[in-house]
Amino acid sequence: MARIEFRQLAHSYVQRPAGPDDYALKPMDQVWDDGGAYALLGPSGCGKTTLLNIISGLVPPSAGRVYFNGKDVTGLRTEQRNIAQVFQFPVIYDTMSVFDNLAFPLRNRGVAEPDVRSRVQQVAEMLELTGDLANRASGLAADAKQKISLGRGLVRKDVAAILFDEPLTVIDPHLKWVLRRKLKQIHHEFKLTLIYVTHDQTEALTFADRVLVMVDGRIVQNGTPQQLFEQPAHVFVGHFIGSPGMNLLPCTLDVDAALVDGIPIPLAPGYVAQARAAGGELQLGIRPEFVRYTAERQPGAIATTIQAVEDLGNCKILTARLGRHELKVKVDEDAAAATGPGWLGFPEKRTRIYVDGAALSNAVAG
Amino acid sequence: MNKTVDNKAWLLVLPVFLCVAFSAIVPLMTVVNYSVQDILGPDQRVFVGTEWFVKVLTDPELHGALYRQIVFSFFVLAIEMPLGVAISLALPASGWRASLCLVLLALPLLIPWNVVGTIWQIFGRGDIGLAGVAVNQLGIDYNYTAYSFDAWITVLVMDIWHWTPLVALLSYAGLRAIPGAFYQAAKIDGATAWAVFRYIQLPKLRGVLLIALLLRFMDSFMIYTEPFVLTGGGPGNATTFLSQYLTRLAVGQFDVGPAAAFSLIYFLIILLFCFVFYTVIEAYGKGRGR
Repeated sequence: MARIEFRQLAHSYVQRPAGPDDYALKPMDQVWDDGGAYALLGPSGCGKTTLLNIISGLVPPSAGRVYFNGKDVTGLRTEQRNIAQVFQFPVIYDTMSVFDNLAFPLRNRGVAEPDVRSRVQQVAEMLELTGDLANRASGLAADAKQKISLGRGLVRKDVAAILFDEPLTVIDPHLKWVLRRKLKQIHHEFKLTLIYVTHDQTEALTFADRVLVMVDGRIVQNGTPQQLFEQPAHVFVGHFIGSPGMNLLPCTLDVDAALVDGIPIPLAPGYVAQARAAGGELQLGIRPEFVRYTAERQPGAIATTIQAVEDLGNCKILTARLGRHELKVKVDEDAAAATGPGWLGFPEKRTRIYVDGAALSNAVAG
Repeated sequence: MNKTVDNKAWLLVLPVFLCVAFSAIVPLMTVVNYSVQDILGPDQRVFVGTEWFVKVLTDPELHGALYRQIVFSFFVLAIEMPLGVAISLALPASGWRASLCLVLLALPLLIPWNVVGTIWQIFGRGDIGLAGVAVNQLGIDYNYTAYSFDAWITVLVMDIWHWTPLVALLSYAGLRAIPGAFYQAAKIDGATAWAVFRYIQLPKLRGVLLIALLLRFMDSFMIYTEPFVLTGGGPGNATTFLSQYLTRLAVGQFDVGPAAAFSLIYFLIILLFCFVFYTVIEAYGKGRGR
């Protein structure tokens, strides 16, 4: 169990990186608290796996240091770090029985056989593998194989952290829930630091206490699932999380409003002033859930045309037109919504301005 | 479920049947035909039953050739398989060095068999051959035309030089197909290099090594051209292997009957060995051979 810390960590797969584009991981400081359940969420190729491999020591970082409980481990090899890692595809030793698979890390470290036996029994029981201990591992189903991979990490008592690299990719959907619950239960029982890499937002949001969203080698937001939803710090977070994602509309500024294609959307003057001071390319962002749709005219509402209504069974998604731009609006299943003219309200607290992709500080708006 | 009865389906099997008939069954039956008759002339033949089989099986010369053949194939497999795997493990995994090594490694495979024999015939000569002269300079009295042991070793070394690259290339291809996660997991589990080889690489290579083993067994068991060019089967009978014995029987002495009987036995021996190898290795892979 350990608190993991990155200081000025960066990594490039290029020998002599010329610019920021050559870095798979851009310089970052990051702390992973002991016993935390973290999810690393991001599209393919954003540096998630690189980050994981740096923690486990499979990849030495090109710059910066890694600390476990305040101790510098940057130079330590993988086997000296006491990290467990579960990979995307189950890694098992084909010719060994399930028992031997689980015992392998202990035997490699010279643990006495009676201790190996009791520890393996204990872990097998927890993972519900006891019945299969004598069987060959290669004959088992994918979910059992992933449990073995996890078990090989758990048998060591001194594990600093368990890293998961998209471990549920090859698992059947109905078993995913079972396995994810098992992970949560194990986390609860052992208070291990868990870092879970995925590109599936549902998986990330249900599994983790804190979600770190990565894009292009940078962590763009580190927050609870609720924060990611309500206060996306970056347009990517807004777009990536939620279904449909956040509406992002290019805008200009007036004194007390943002102008989307000339249509004013009222905002607090202080917030607008802050955006003006920041300069750069501006976008107005609001989640489909927060846009208020009414069929009748309301004070402060903006006239629009509803182009399409999609009924998803538990809600309706409206496609509305705002000048040259389109935006999605999510309304209740039983709301009366029809194509044609309608009115949209933009609650000030939920309407955010992004400068060059990053959110303005929440001081005024939030 | 009711199955439709439609005998037209047999027509679809017909092309395959014809191909197999002309490529295997008809030639094989010709051999069977010769093996049970004594053919005295174009119009004179006598049915002799199993006489040729009995004759061939009790022939001491054949026993000698079979014994030499089995010992030869044993050493070929015992040396080429581990050596090929060792070479493939030592080769670089990627980059121009890997390409260069693979091309160099594959060169012996591109040389025609009788040229290989000729190369080694000259290479091993005590008067002008590089290897022959070098070995003699070391104070070892080496002469493959005079001493049977020297001839035997020369044929073995030649086969190792010629065919180990095949094992190495197959094994190399097998190694490259192992996903990187296995090595990473092994590192995390604290496995030694030996454990990685024993529990990851070797099991994952089982398929390609089975192919390599069968190919090398069949080829070495049927070896003909290279020893024929190098030593002509001599000195004495020291390097006369089964194929050469058979050729002498069929072409040299024109004993078509015994030669046909022996061909069938030869074929069955190879089939039997291949079946045993295949079954044992597959059983091990499924965990029953433990």
